[in-house]
Amino acid sequence: MFKSNSKALLSKLGPLLGLLLIVIIVTILNPSFATASNILNVLRQVSISALIAFGMTFIILTGGIDLSVGSTLALTGAVAASMLASGMDPILTMFVALILGTILGAINGIIIAKGKVAPFIATLATMTIYRGLTLVYTEGRPISGLGDSISFQMLGKGYFFGIPVPVVTTALAFGVLYFILHKTTFGRRVYAVGGNEDASRLSGISVDRVKIAVYSLTGTLAALSALILTSRLNSAQPTAGTSYELDAIAAVVLGGTSLTGGRGWIFGTLVGALIIGVLNNGLNLIGVSSFFQQVVKGAVILIAVLIDRKKTV
Amino acid sequence: MIEMSGISKAFSGNVVLQDVQFSIADGEIHALMGENGAGKSTLMKILTGIYARDTGEVKVDGQPVVFHSPKEAEALGIAVIHQELNILPALTVAENLFLGNEKTYGPTGILKTREMNKEATRILAKLGLELDVRQLAGELSVGKQQIIEIAKAIASDAKYIIMDEPTAALTDREIETLFSTIHELKAKGISFVYISHRMEEIFAICDRITILRDGQYVGVRTIKDTTFDEIVQMMVGRELGERFPERNVKIGEVKLEVKNLSCDHVCQNIDFSVRKGEVLGIAGLMGAGRTEVAQAIFGYRKKTAGEIVIDGQKVSIANPIQAMNHKIAFVTEDRKSEGLVLDFSIKENMMLTNLEKISKTGIVNKVREEDICQGYIEQLRIRTSSANLAVKSLSGGNQQKVVIAKWLGTEPEILILDEPTRGVDIGAKKEIYTIINELAEQGVAVIMISSELPEVIGMADRVLVMHEGKQTAILQQDELTQETIMHYATGGEKGVQI
Repeated sequence: MFKSNSKALLSKLGPLLGLLLIVIIVTILNPSFATASNILNVLRQVSISALIAFGMTFIILTGGIDLSVGSTLALTGAVAASMLASGMDPILTMFVALILGTILGAINGIIIAKGKVAPFIATLATMTIYRGLTLVYTEGRPISGLGDSISFQMLGKGYFFGIPVPVVTTALAFGVLYFILHKTTFGRRVYAVGGNEDASRLSGISVDRVKIAVYSLTGTLAALSALILTSRLNSAQPTAGTSYELDAIAAVVLGGTSLTGGRGWIFGTLVGALIIGVLNNGLNLIGVSSFFQQVVKGAVILIAVLIDRKKTV
Repeated sequence: MIEMSGISKAFSGNVVLQDVQFSIADGEIHALMGENGAGKSTLMKILTGIYARDTGEVKVDGQPVVFHSPKEAEALGIAVIHQELNILPALTVAENLFLGNEKTYGPTGILKTREMNKEATRILAKLGLELDVRQLAGELSVGKQQIIEIAKAIASDAKYIIMDEPTAALTDREIETLFSTIHELKAKGISFVYISHRMEEIFAICDRITILRDGQYVGVRTIKDTTFDEIVQMMVGRELGERFPERNVKIGEVKLEVKNLSCDHVCQNIDFSVRKGEVLGIAGLMGAGRTEVAQAIFGYRKKTAGEIVIDGQKVSIANPIQAMNHKIAFVTEDRKSEGLVLDFSIKENMMLTNLEKISKTGIVNKVREEDICQGYIEQLRIRTSSANLAVKSLSGGNQQKVVIAKWLGTEPEILILDEPTRGVDIGAKKEIYTIINELAEQGVAVIMISSELPEVIGMADRVLVMHEGKQTAILQQDELTQETIMHYATGGEKGVQI
């Protein structure tokens, strides 16, 4: 009994140990990694991708996947930027962007749950559609001149007691999502649907509603990261968020969540996102060429998954 | 012949086999019996090289052997046919038969398809199965798939075939074919290890029977010289008393009426009622549409006609949630695919149906959850040290009790049980019967689907018999015999009794 518990704990802590190892190696190779300013920088970079990865965790736990997150980010970012550029109230803008993200996610969820389309196919299609809509909307050009409203500027560039606001936002989001996933009946249903959809349906869980909810939630989170990104860059790019879905999926998998659903936790995803962030930053500091960086990142993901495999067999 | 002696095996200190012996003579059908968790499958896994033994000796034809992998056991002619068949539905019968053993033009890897088809036809014909071997295996009935598995073993020159619950999914006719196949092969000197919970079958087909209990060898008996009672006693280690416990119940008014229910062609014009405190059995062969009737009542399958009346009120039930609102509970046939979330703990599974009970605001109250689940564990005598253990770690009987607990929490007034004791050992079976009786005594209307005729006869007040989607009879308790039920289950009509 104790044995199996400690084993489970070890497998949960595996990703964390991996992160520590990478941090140590990077620090040895270039001590400037461990400076406060660099670490805050890493955290700020990670915060955007982590938000999306949190949503992806919920989706993958139900046994689904969402390839459209990057496009959702681009479209909501563009809409928010153009609203600001035309002088709209920043709070209202943020609100509209979050709602739009939620709707885009809900559309994914409805196609998957009610239309019974495989999540991979459904979101592959909406990924293309949302990206296309972004290009149509922006006419393929970046949107800038967002004005200087303090509340919007703070979102991406501000500091809260010396900590970047995006990091604070992501930490708060993590806390709330952790609570939802592990302490509420909704979280329990997410695991149940991914663990055994038929049994869940037969137990009176409205599987469709759970699915629509997780995709909507991910849409909201993609919009939130769009706002942070737009604020940081002070503009919206029509190509923003390209291949973010892959980083998000990688973070979820690195964190030990099973792609078949039902097994995993959101803390692992946070660690997974940090691993990717530290790698990106660390490889730059060490002076690895940007082409070779991709090889290293891919190899790390592969090694992590292989180790995970070994453990479960 | 195979002789195993002094076999012990422990997993991380947990002894699952201790000094067990087992032998198989040539051309013998040897049953291996024991309650779930008695160590049958571990013993067979040692025999087939999946597990290494800690102590003991295995001899094949007098030669001591040590298997390091299943391949080595296979090479000596030991084959296993698992309960879940290893048939690839999208391949043809012949392709399945030669899977991993294909005949090719030397090392080119190019298949000799025609030759394999011919050979497959020949092998199957010998087993009494005439069919087009180019047909997809998935199109065959489970019974025929099983025979293909046996043929596969034969094709790889197996001399010892281990069969795990081979008849669980077969109709009576298919069982007959299977048995005659086994008999023919036995005459040719092939031996079988037959693992089953079904006593009637074991007495019908086996020569000897070895009984294990709690990882220990209890004894071996020749079928001719033993009785049901002796075997049961050896298995459970105590007198079990009556197989079906007594039920003291006053049957009340009509609770559920199903009128003219149809769903496409799978079930047609089903018409029956159940009273409070009554147990209605539904009997029939595999595929007769019994499960479909249950699913339709529970809103898990679309009804094409008919109505459902509860307490005299016509109700509409289009999904399981609505069924649950009408206090219906459904213990499904296949607990692994439809009953449990296998990655969940015992307590998480128990709470699946009524999460509201443990949360006011959507936040799970873990203390209350623990309390409720502990209550069920005691009430249903579930053998586990904690409600937090994975449900996977439980034996079949205890898993089934978890499924029942899941539904007790919804306080059902109508309880549908589909094969409630499948894959459950004798001791746990009786406990499940007792639970059903207790619920009936509390006034729950119970519908029990079962393929085990003694169980239907022992438990039900009345029995609805189905054949190919149609209702062929509703039998009263004094009419219940295995012969009568089988008569209607095979499509017999009223009045023309054989």
